[in-house]
Amino acid sequence: MRYNEKELQALSRQPAEMAAELGMRGPKKGSVLKRRLVKLVVNFLFYFRTDEAEPVGALLLERCRVVREEPGTFSIIETGFRHIGQAALELLTSGFIEDPERKYHFECSSEEQCQEWMEALRRASYEFMRRSLIFYRNEIRKVTGKDPLEQFGISEEARFQLSGLQA
Amino acid sequence: MAPGSPPGPAIATMKLNERSLAFYATCDAPVDNAGFLYKKGGRHAAYHRRWFVLRGNMLFYFEDAASREPVGVIILEGCTVELVEAAEEFAFAVRFAGTRARTYVLAAESQDAMEGWVKALSRASFDYLRLVVRELEQQLAAVRGGGGMALPQPQPQSLPLPPSLPSALAPVPSLPSAPAPVPALPLPRRPSALPPKENGCAVWSTEATFRPGPEPPPPPPRRRASAPHGPLDMAPFARLHECYGQEIRALRGQWLSSRVQP
Repeated sequence: MRYNEKELQALSRQPAEMAAELGMRGPKKGSVLKRRLVKLVVNFLFYFRTDEAEPVGALLLERCRVVREEPGTFSIIETGFRHIGQAALELLTSGFIEDPERKYHFECSSEEQCQEWMEALRRASYEFMRRSLIFYRNEIRKVTGKDPLEQFGISEEARFQLSGLQA
Repeated sequence: MAPGSPPGPAIATMKLNERSLAFYATCDAPVDNAGFLYKKGGRHAAYHRRWFVLRGNMLFYFEDAASREPVGVIILEGCTVELVEAAEEFAFAVRFAGTRARTYVLAAESQDAMEGWVKALSRASFDYLRLVVRELEQQLAAVRGGGGMALPQPQPQSLPLPPSLPSALAPVPSLPSAPAPVPALPLPRRPSALPPKENGCAVWSTEATFRPGPEPPPPPPRRRASAPHGPLDMAPFARLHECYGQEIRALRGQWLSSRVQP
């Protein structure tokens, strides 16, 4: 799939929500833990070699799970298994077995740091932001009787309607 | 690069979890806009008709509406959307900052479609959405804490106005007191000088992203924003969110069933 790589690289240079040096292990079999500068910008997680200015890679943080592993470590697991059979899909989504290809493993220097990152990554998706907006909009409407989105001229946008909330 | 390697594009390709990208393109998250657009291949290339799907801050394009996998994606952070002079009717451009940055020229099939796309794309960035959410978060805290039913009047500078729409389009109604047309908002993410490189190489600032200039300070961090109001206040936002989510689902059910009459 083509994508605007230069712009993504430029994004990686923007101020981050969170940035830290963590241990990181990729999904491939036999991957070893490496020190990486990990940087959260909008809904992307960039990772750099600690002495380089350009990122090694980026992870899109939509539709993924952030899961606690051993103390001080967590994983980002990509979901979305479209091309496998139903039985396999059920095994995977129930967590009974894991698809080894889709798991990125991170080691933090403390439990606190681990918590912080997990919280931040769970909120770092467009879909989460969208749900938050709908939530606040509804709450404000309940208290004031007014729609706070009207002042921005976006109250009619389909993406902010209650019906946009999927289960 | 390694000594002795052939000259050519110097930077190695960045890795990207493209399967996740492809999944996000075709999953059941809300679609923010969809339709056929003509996309210009390059500066002197022809237009190709593609099926475009805007979801979040990503603009995916497919061979056609039935394709299962996108041909490509345009990630919409740090761009402006403008009308352009082009041979093609209803043309507009998605322009990125930077000297070697690409400009994507697109053309819709009608005036309405073009306006719809320009509006949707102008507000598609994560950055914009985050600003709106923060603003609402503050408003909610204010109406709860301050008491009274009036919606607080936001500060003009902190209002996340959508990026300036081309003057040919009707100005978006924003603050009642705002002058028309909507004043141009400086784009997020275009610092005149990059923040200091904190590990000697990569830019690594953990400052909250906010507009530069004479503006009120950034809103307080999420944890401090919730004032004591009841038993759920001490819960982390995620739990609060889930609790209210149940309420919203119930509300939604009511709303859907009450929609029977036109």
